[in-house]
Amino acid sequence: MSDPVCALNNAVFDGLVRLEETGPRGMVTLRGDLGAAAVLKSVQKAVKDATGLPVPAVRRIVLQKEYGAGWMSPDELLLMMPYDEAGRAVKAADKALKAVHSLVVNVSDARSVFRLSGAAAPEVLAKLAPVDFTAMAPDEIRRSRLAQVPAAFWRVGDDTYDVVAFRSVSSYVFELLKTAAAPGSGVGFY
Amino acid sequence: MLILECPYCGVKADETELHPGGEAHLKRFGPESSDEEFEAYLFERKNRKGVHFERWRHVYGCGKWFHAARATDTLEVFGTYSAQTNAPPDDLIKKIKQKRPDFGGYE
Ligand SMILES: [Zn+2]
Repeated sequence: MSDPVCALNNAVFDGLVRLEETGPRGMVTLRGDLGAAAVLKSVQKAVKDATGLPVPAVRRIVLQKEYGAGWMSPDELLLMMPYDEAGRAVKAADKALKAVHSLVVNVSDARSVFRLSGAAAPEVLAKLAPVDFTAMAPDEIRRSRLAQVPAAFWRVGDDTYDVVAFRSVSSYVFELLKTAAAPGSGVGFY
Repeated sequence: MLILECPYCGVKADETELHPGGEAHLKRFGPESSDEEFEAYLFERKNRKGVHFERWRHVYGCGKWFHAARATDTLEVFGTYSAQTNAPPDDLIKKIKQKRPDFGGYE
């Protein structure tokens, strides 16, 4: 087996914040109608079996060590785990969802993950996304856009945010973040 | 700048996170319809100055289609509501009538 390599070879940049490409990370998309009680019950078991975590509330993300479960839409969750556990997670979730209309896919290689660390992280993201970071809950996952491409981000700790985007736009996203984090470009809004 | 609250995920989405879908509650006329009905379905729109009902999609977000009621002349937003309906909800109509006494209701 060849080793997984992330799109930008774990690129790093130091500016207003530290930027790191942190992949590869295991990511599984789970689709099923969370508003239907019968489906939700199976989804709860699927998320538990795949990540050990509960189903997150609307627009929330549950994180524990290397595992995560994020609310993406009324019928979609994003599950995260170590890269080499994604296959097992898909099998476990699929098994729990056998009886209901659902879909589970390993999307680890379709995504890139970036970490922003530093007090200016909200400011760097706010230059690129139409998001009010003062209104963002500590455990919120926000889907939005970074300039011209879709992205999702959430807080992983004080002054630290993770950003996930499509792998095909990895270099675009990293260049954007580098520009927004260029030394001397601070705005001081937050 | 228009800001609409997505009724599915609750995000107060900026216009640039949304995709416009035109006038709301159109009735489709398909293969069995007359030429006039089909033409009206494709091209005839209310294009109101004032209270207007529209479809929007939270494209840079949860991805869902929803409805919005707003004033085209002032950009005032009266509310947003689910896509799974053929007409605006009664409480929204009531709210609009209170704000705009000249609004005759949805037709
Ligand atoms: Zn939404």
